[in-house]
Parts: sequence; structure tokens; C-alpha cells
Amino acid sequence: MIAELGHFALILAFTVACAQGTVPLFGAWRGHLPSIRLADTAAVLQFVLVAGAFAALMHAYVTSDFSVANVYANSHSQKPLLYKITGLWGNHEGSLLLWAFMLSLFGAMVALFGRNLPDSFRARALAVQGLVGVGFMAFMIFTSNPFLRMDPAPLEGQGLNPILQDPGLAFHPPFLYAGYVGISIAFSFAVAALIEGRVPPSWARWVRPWTLAAWAMLTIGITGGSYWAYYELGWGGFWFWDPVENASLMPWLAATALLHSAIVVEKRDTLKSWTILLAIVAFSLSLLGTFLVRSGVLTSVHAFASDPERGFFILVFLGSVTGGALTLYAIRAPALKAGGLFQTISREGALVLNNLLLATATATVLLGTLYPLILDVLTGTKVSVGPPFYNATFMPLMVPLIVALGIGPLLPWKRGDLFAVLDRLKFIALASVVAAALVLWLTMDAPLMAIVAFAFAFFLAGSVILEFVDRVRLRQLGLAGAFRRLFTLPRGAIGMSLAHFGMAVSVIGIAAATGFAQEHLGVMKAGDTLDFGGYHLTFKGVEQVPGPNYTAARGTVEVEGVGLLQPETRRFVAPPMETTESAIHSTPWGDLYVVVGDKAGEGYATRIYWKPFVIWIWAGGVIMAFGGFVSLSDRRLRVGAPIRRAAPAAAPAE
Amino acid sequence: MKGQFRFLLAALPLAVAIGLGGLFYDRLGKNPSELPSVLIGKPAPEFDLPGLDPGQPGFATADLRAGSVTVVNVFASWCAPCRIEHPILTKLAGQPGFRLVGLAYKDKPEATKAFLAELGNPYALIGSDLAGRVAIDWGVYGVPETYVVSKQGEIMWKHVGELTDEVIARELQPLVEKLAQ
Repeated sequence: MIAELGHFALILAFTVACAQGTVPLFGAWRGHLPSIRLADTAAVLQFVLVAGAFAALMHAYVTSDFSVANVYANSHSQKPLLYKITGLWGNHEGSLLLWAFMLSLFGAMVALFGRNLPDSFRARALAVQGLVGVGFMAFMIFTSNPFLRMDPAPLEGQGLNPILQDPGLAFHPPFLYAGYVGISIAFSFAVAALIEGRVPPSWARWVRPWTLAAWAMLTIGITGGSYWAYYELGWGGFWFWDPVENASLMPWLAATALLHSAIVVEKRDTLKSWTILLAIVAFSLSLLGTFLVRSGVLTSVHAFASDPERGFFILVFLGSVTGGALTLYAIRAPALKAGGLFQTISREGALVLNNLLLATATATVLLGTLYPLILDVLTGTKVSVGPPFYNATFMPLMVPLIVALGIGPLLPWKRGDLFAVLDRLKFIALASVVAAALVLWLTMDAPLMAIVAFAFAFFLAGSVILEFVDRVRLRQLGLAGAFRRLFTLPRGAIGMSLAHFGMAVSVIGIAAATGFAQEHLGVMKAGDTLDFGGYHLTFKGVEQVPGPNYTAARGTVEVEGVGLLQPETRRFVAPPMETTESAIHSTPWGDLYVVVGDKAGEGYATRIYWKPFVIWIWAGGVIMAFGGFVSLSDRRLRVGAPIRRAAPAAAPAE
Repeated sequence: MKGQFRFLLAALPLAVAIGLGGLFYDRLGKNPSELPSVLIGKPAPEFDLPGLDPGQPGFATADLRAGSVTVVNVFASWCAPCRIEHPILTKLAGQPGFRLVGLAYKDKPEATKAFLAELGNPYALIGSDLAGRVAIDWGVYGVPETYVVSKQGEIMWKHVGELTDEVIARELQPLVEKLAQ
């Protein structure tokens, strides 16, 4: 009964979204006030209905109602409650419902908290948001109904892929989806601006909080996914350039570019058509990720069971959203007037450089991801694109980006003096080179790339600190005065410093963990000892331990001065499958990573890694996301922000 | 003139999107993991690989024409599916009618030796393709990969990804038996 109510709520939400996607557009065109006002009501109503559908499916999962086909296929009565809940989005239909839920949540938030937006603009943006919702809900209702019943109802479910029964994996998709979907707001705002035919500087201020929130969520999602891959896959890697990882990285890169170019729109009233294009591209790349995962056009470890009919539907949907927006862009963008001029060496210039590099990086990842497909279609040749491609193309783009990141925030708007800035940074540059040389000297045969990366990361961290110290006037005001001044600074500036500093922290982690990792592979018998990475390890043996829905072979390794590390190999019953649970001793300066595998003769196959500073990779991601949230709390983005120009009148374009 | 240029520039993203859409449409409903090899029925490329130790025999084209059917398995110690595949290879190596030969792909000999010391060595011969050049000639797409080579040294069959009991029973075994006659 509850599942049917959920299905019904979903269909109602679909019809509401249809109204939301059309009536306000007409209203804003003709200046018909009731039609304009419908947008807010419809957005909130749509959210309530989709939330109802979501709750109904959640109820079916929590109560293990196996008469619902989706629950039968993806859950099991013996599964811990937490994973019954997260099982909802571990599959195609359920994850679509989560998408639709978040989409309508963001729409409702615009309706409720977007009171500072002109009515007709908000109506148009919500209409576009509604149309995106129509696509998602039609997809569910016509091809992927999560509420489909089974008769007779099976007694037991088919379980969830055990590799998904892990807190890290259970929670990173909702963050990623929140990020993808959050970018939909930037998209809707961009399309609404194109319909109106003008992009006032205030547009950038409207779009900024949504983009920031989405970007921060996406950062957390990518960081979490990377950390999950690190400890769960048992090989100590943190990024594999898998198509689906790339699918999350591309919107992140585009959203990062969008955040920065929107600043130029807001402050200098220029770079408008580029910023609008970025908003469209960022959301299209989010949808592309969804398409790639579900259509079966690329092979990936993340792929859901694919189905050509579904693939066709998403392709049509993707085509309408992206094609429609880009057609509108082709018509309207040439008429967008550029405002203020600036010189190449200026804050704007640095932000343009940042955008060029980020856009090129996005295009590089897109090319690497799609190249096997393009080549296959054109020539029938099968190739795979792996880390060597990205090391040769993506990494070199990051070097100038990091330099620009260090210098840019020190340049003034309009017209800057590069030499003056370089003069301020000369000690930091010198200190970075010396510090990197010191690392080289201490570690002897270090890989050159890692040393170079260190030097740039030190430079970035140093210049971020310098900029921050000068901003709080530490040298003039002293510690107490600077601390007081910190609270009067715009939060956006503090957020920027944090995010840039997080980037430096991540780069140090990546360079150290890839350049200086040590590994020991071999068979160990009970009682064997090993000196490794500065630790003294004793292998104590392996014992069988029962878990809630699996049995585990638990190895025990005693590490002198640390305690016991107990990696497990878990054997699940439903479905039969094995997972590796590595045991990690994490310290700020490195991780000791132990995996015990199968029995080999008298002993067990063991893999032991020393990953120096690896935790910094994710710490940097967390700092970046935190910077995003700090920036989000900026007064300027909240209600009552000072409006420097007259508020744009709610007038149609023509 | 400038206006026209602006219009073309603004239409460029749409053109790119339409192109990509066409590519995706073409791919729908096809299996991306199906990999045809152009080398099927052709003689194996010429090569001569060293063994894992300076003294040990390596693996060369001549070994493929030594009078028996050869199953060539491309593997690496760094490849996770190779570990999964390993017990199946060990079982396969015990069967008569062919020689199982290993091609260690882009793997340091010490790492390969540690891998085999840990899990056992099912291979009659091992060639170390540290640079990956021979693998390029063979059209290796990824590790693991397995080829069946006839007594005359012609590549007859290719499988991408780890071997499974099902693939061996349905494809590899019947082919090897036919070629061995």
C-alpha cells in the first residue's frame, strides 16, 4: 500500500513538474502575475511529493518489503539497518529517485530562500528546474519504476553487493548527487538569464551560493570516494582515472572554473557569456556522468546494469537539456555585452588564466574518458586510456595552475604589477626551492616529479599564508589585533585562503604518497617479523571470525609501539563474494597499510605499504570543502546584502 | 564580420555537443568490453624476450613453433584480476595438450618473482616484457589477457580479462583439443 502511495506521489510530482516547467515561463513572458507566482508553489509542492515517494521507498527498504522488486533485488533481511537504508541508492532506480529528490529539494530552496531574486527571473529559473525534473521523473515512471511489485512476493532478498556495505561507500554518493544536482541551479539560472537576454552583475551574486554549496558537496563526495577506494580496494591507490571517477572530476573542474569566473562577472561586469557557458557545461557534465554509468557505452567498475532502452532515454534527455541550452546560448550569447576592461596582469587576468587552465583540464579529462569510444566509432580500434595519458597531459596543466593560484590573489583588480608581486613572493619562492632541495637531500633518490611538486606546493602554501597574514595585518596589528580583524574580514576571503591552502595540502599528499611509497609483498608465516617503514612488525597468524552477514579471515599483525593491526578478508553469503578490509595505522606523516590475503603454503600472502603523508590528500579535500562552507556564510551572499547597482527590473527581454 | 565570428563562436559548443551525441547514439546497445583482435589467424609477431633471471630461458617466437599448442597468458604482479585468475591458471596448467606460457607485462622481474613465489608458478616459460613493446605488437589491451597459438605459431584466439571456468570449458578447451590433433 505504502509503495503504491509512493508511486502515486511520484506521478503527481511529475504532473506538478510539467506545470512548473511551462506555466511560469508563459507568465514571465506575458507579465501574468498568478502564473509567475505558480513557480514557487509548484516547486515546494513538487518537493513534498517527491519526498513522499522517497520516504515510501525508504519504508520498503527498512521493513524489508520484498514484494517491491527493487528491494528484493538490492536488499536482504540479514543486512544491518544502516545498509538497508543506504541500499536505496546503491542501484539504478533508487539512485534516480535520490537524484529527483535532491533536484526538487534544491528547487524548493530557491523558491523559499530566493526572495531576493526578481520574481520573473525566479519563475524562469524554477521553470527550467521543473523541466529538468520532468525528464528525471519521466525516466523513472516510464523505464525504471522503483515501486514495481512482485507477485508472489519472495521470502528473501538478493542482497546488496557486499562491496557496497561500507560506510565510506554508503555515504559518498549522496554528497556527489547533492553536488551534481546543486549545479543544476547554476544551469537553471544561466538558462533563465539567456531567456531574459541579459546577465547583470547581480546574477553572479545570485548564482554564487548555489554553486559554492554544490562545489563543496562535490568536493566532499570526491574526497570520500577516493578515500573509500584507498582503504577498501586493498591496493593503496587513491585515484584510478576510471571513467566514473572522471565523471565526478569533470563537473568539479567546471564548477571550480565557474566559481572563479562568476567573481569577475560580479566585480567587473565582464566575462559573461563565458560564465553562462560554464554553468551549462558544468551541469551537462554532471548529466553525462549519469549517462555513462547507466547506458553501458563505457566499461567501468561503477557501471550499473545497463539497458539500451534506458540508454536511449537518457541520451534523448541529455540531448534536450544540453542541446536546448546550447541552442539558446548560440542565439543569445553574441548579444551579451561585455563591461569593464582590464589589463592582462591583474586579478581578472589571473582569474581568466585560471579559467583557461581549468577548462583545458576539463577538456583533457573528457577527451581521455571518451577517446576509446571516439576511436572505436571512427576506426573500430579498441584502446584504453590510463594513468600515463593523464600523467602526461593533466599533471602539466596543474603546474601553471598552482603558480597562478599562488600569485593571483596578490594581484589587485584592473591593473597589477607582476614584478611587485614577485618581489613580495621572492622569499617564499626561495624558501620553497630550498625546502624541496632539503627533501631531495634527506631522501636521497627521490623521483624528480615529486620534488618539483613539493616545491610548487610549498610555494602555494607560502603565498596563501603571506596573503592571509597581510590581509589580517598581522605585522602591523600584532597577534591580538590580527585575531580581532579576522572576524571583520569578509568570509569569502577567508574561504578562499582555506580552499587554496587545502589545494597545497592535497598536492603535498599526492606527491609524497606517489613519489615515496614503499611496499612489501610476500608470504608471511605466524611468528615472522619484518622491519618496514620504520616499524617493527610481527605476523601473529589468521583466525576465522563470524560477522553479522559474513565470515571473516582476520589476520593479526603486531606493530611495536602501535598495537595490533587486523586486516580481514570477508566472505559474504548473499551474494557469494569476497571483500578486503585493509588495516591502516594512520598518522599525519604517513599510513602503515596492511592487507592479508589467501593462504599460500605454510603462510599467508601479505601486502604491506608505507604511504607517506597520504592522509594529506583527503585532509586537503576536507579543508577545501570547509573553505567553501566558510565562504558560503559570507554576509554578501545572505539576505540584506548591499546592492551596488539598481536592482534589475523584472522585464522580459524583448 | 566580427558579428559573424561571434555567432560562430557561440554556436561552437552546440556543434561539439551534437557531435558527441552522435557518437553516443552509435554506441548504444553495443558491448564495449567485446574486443576483436585483428591478429586472429595471422602468425604471431616476431619477438625474443629475456627470462626473469639472466640465466633462465626467456620466451621467443621460436618457442611458439616448437611443436605444441601454446596458451600465452599476459599478466603482471601489479594487476588485481591476475591474482583472482591465478588459481584458474594453476588448474589449467595441469591439463595435457598444450604449454602455458607467461608474458610478464611491464613488471619488474623481482616483483614478478615475488608474485610467483607467493602464489606458485604455473608457467612452462616466462618472458619479461618490461618495456611493454612486445605486448603492443600483440595488441594487448590490458592485463590479464590470454591467447591460444597453434603449433605453426598462428594466433587463433584471444580473451580479454580474467579467464573463468566457463570460458575455459566453452571456448579454450575445445579449441586447444582441436588444434592439438
